[in-house]
Amino acid sequence: MVPPPLATTLIDAAPIDYLIVALYFAVVLGIGVVARRQVSDSVDFFLSGRSLPAWVTGLAFVSANLGAVEIMGMSANGAQFGLPAVHYFWIGAIPAMLFLGVVMMPFYYGSKVRSVPEFMRRRFGTGAHLVNALSFALAQLLIAGVNLYLLGSIVHALLGWPLWVALIVAAVIVLSYITLGGLSAAIYNEVLQFFVIVAALLPLTLLGLHRVGGWNGLQDKITAAANANPGTIAPAADQLNSWPGTALTGFSSDFLSVVGIVFGLGFVLSFGYWTTNFVEVQRAMATDSISSARKTPIIGAFPKILVPFITILPGMIAAVYVTEIADLKAGQSVPGGASGDGVTYNDALIYLMRDLLPNGLLGLAITGLLAAFMAGMAANISAFNTVLSYDLWQQYVVKDRADDYYLKVGRLATVAATVIAIFTATLAANFSNIMNYLQTLFGFFNAPLFATFILGMFWKRMTATAGWVGLSAGTLSAVLVAFLSEDAFGSLSTGLIPVSGQGASFVAAGAAFVVDIVLSVVVSLVTKPKPAEELRGLVYSETAREDLVDPAEAGYPWYRRTMPLAGIALVVVVALNFAF
Amino acid sequence: MASPGRTRTAGLFDIRTIIGGLLGVYGVLLTLMGLFGDAEEEKTGGINANLWAGLVLLVVGVAFVAWARLRPVQVPADAGADDA
Repeated sequence: MVPPPLATTLIDAAPIDYLIVALYFAVVLGIGVVARRQVSDSVDFFLSGRSLPAWVTGLAFVSANLGAVEIMGMSANGAQFGLPAVHYFWIGAIPAMLFLGVVMMPFYYGSKVRSVPEFMRRRFGTGAHLVNALSFALAQLLIAGVNLYLLGSIVHALLGWPLWVALIVAAVIVLSYITLGGLSAAIYNEVLQFFVIVAALLPLTLLGLHRVGGWNGLQDKITAAANANPGTIAPAADQLNSWPGTALTGFSSDFLSVVGIVFGLGFVLSFGYWTTNFVEVQRAMATDSISSARKTPIIGAFPKILVPFITILPGMIAAVYVTEIADLKAGQSVPGGASGDGVTYNDALIYLMRDLLPNGLLGLAITGLLAAFMAGMAANISAFNTVLSYDLWQQYVVKDRADDYYLKVGRLATVAATVIAIFTATLAANFSNIMNYLQTLFGFFNAPLFATFILGMFWKRMTATAGWVGLSAGTLSAVLVAFLSEDAFGSLSTGLIPVSGQGASFVAAGAAFVVDIVLSVVVSLVTKPKPAEELRGLVYSETAREDLVDPAEAGYPWYRRTMPLAGIALVVVVALNFAF
Repeated sequence: MASPGRTRTAGLFDIRTIIGGLLGVYGVLLTLMGLFGDAEEEKTGGINANLWAGLVLLVVGVAFVAWARLRPVQVPADAGADDA
């Protein structure tokens, strides 16, 4: 179904706003055209010729993740839960990003693989590889569709274009810049959109703080709102302190809530996501040296630490400043919203833009949102085409052809993926909360993958059979937990285990991790390991120390070395956890 | 792997120039809106938000272009000079 154009749009855009949006798209397409002149072989197209400096890939690393879920979802969480939402950043991202840079990146970069599934194949053979590559490709198509749908619905709400027009225009623009320039163009655009998003959200946050009377005024207003509606709004103390975050996890015990956040979100889910998600890792593999590859997630950690201040904070401001969101939080249902079916917390940021920004800055804010959703989709698609052409096509369908053949396959895969994404986007439109389900499902998938990876990297005895057995069993046990929980699978869940909300996906991920580790150890002890000489560069104990570090790095000043940077990021994030 | 010959062209379109250029143009547009357009101060609470945001963007944009001009990407592969 195509919804009719809105008679009045949520936000009043003026010609100056359209000009600012149009300028951005002109530059984005321009980058694609210029990047194309430099693409000469498949390493260039897929990994940007391994020529980018660390600060560029570091920002792209954060930007690739700074999409719809991050901006709309986290401002929604801020409006609904308040400060506990910061756990998704300071617990659920930073430690894992540092671990990726310090420990895991040398293996990825040093083994010269082009994708994470390819690393899987070299370590465990084809069984684990095929499972991993297929599910990854499918996941990327589905997420690209969700990103595209969100993009289309925002265009629809902001500019009043019909949803189907918005979907096709957005798909065509994303497609042109990826096919034109490959990963280089995608990464350059991600860096560019990072600055546009900051330029859009920072004034919004500052103006919002100004209107509510600064941080103290915001605290007073949140306290007043909570006291006025004790039945529907969580107590102010829970909203203004990040720990123990019981509202977020749904656990009634403070202790279990902290354990759930630290182990479930902080360890299994986030390490699983950040260290094995190829969309992210691919950015680091595009750098010029092992030192830059390691620094990519670590440099990315610094802006990542600050992102909550321009996403969660505006959400909290919207909950007390924007009438519609305040009414929603007080338990009323409010008509309107971006979807037209009633206001949700997802609309917090859009309403705040409407109430605070003059034309001009408004255009910049619209550009920032459009850029973020497009970048999310582009990242999914560029990861998809790498895995499809090298991990599936070259490995299992047509082997031993010249490099430009696979390059052509990659370009065709990009076109096909974009067309498929338009369909998965219309699929996503049928589910009002598909984001929750997708996230839960990918949590299941990432947790066992991380268990298999970490065991395989540090235990040379682990066998190929253990690789695919552990992976499959881990995923199955997480799916089982979801069925037995109260709502992780919606109405399909049976409620035998009394966990719900985020708590349920923490428990499912934890189960997947433990089952995977235990089974992998048991199976490894009864099957035959790979010979040690095949494990060089893949397993920690079989790899020479000098293979893992960049010889040039010792000569760099401290602010360009991996370990001091990681140490600083760790100190900052610990301090922030104590402060809030 | 990239051959040493090709890393030379990696800096052909320096990302810093592109960032600086776009932010700078946005800065000019917003500054003009702030000076001549409707500041809509009933929304912002008495602050000319376009003007201030425009000026900051202009400064950031110029800084990026200046960085790209003063420290161009080095040839060949040791891209240390522009490394953060």
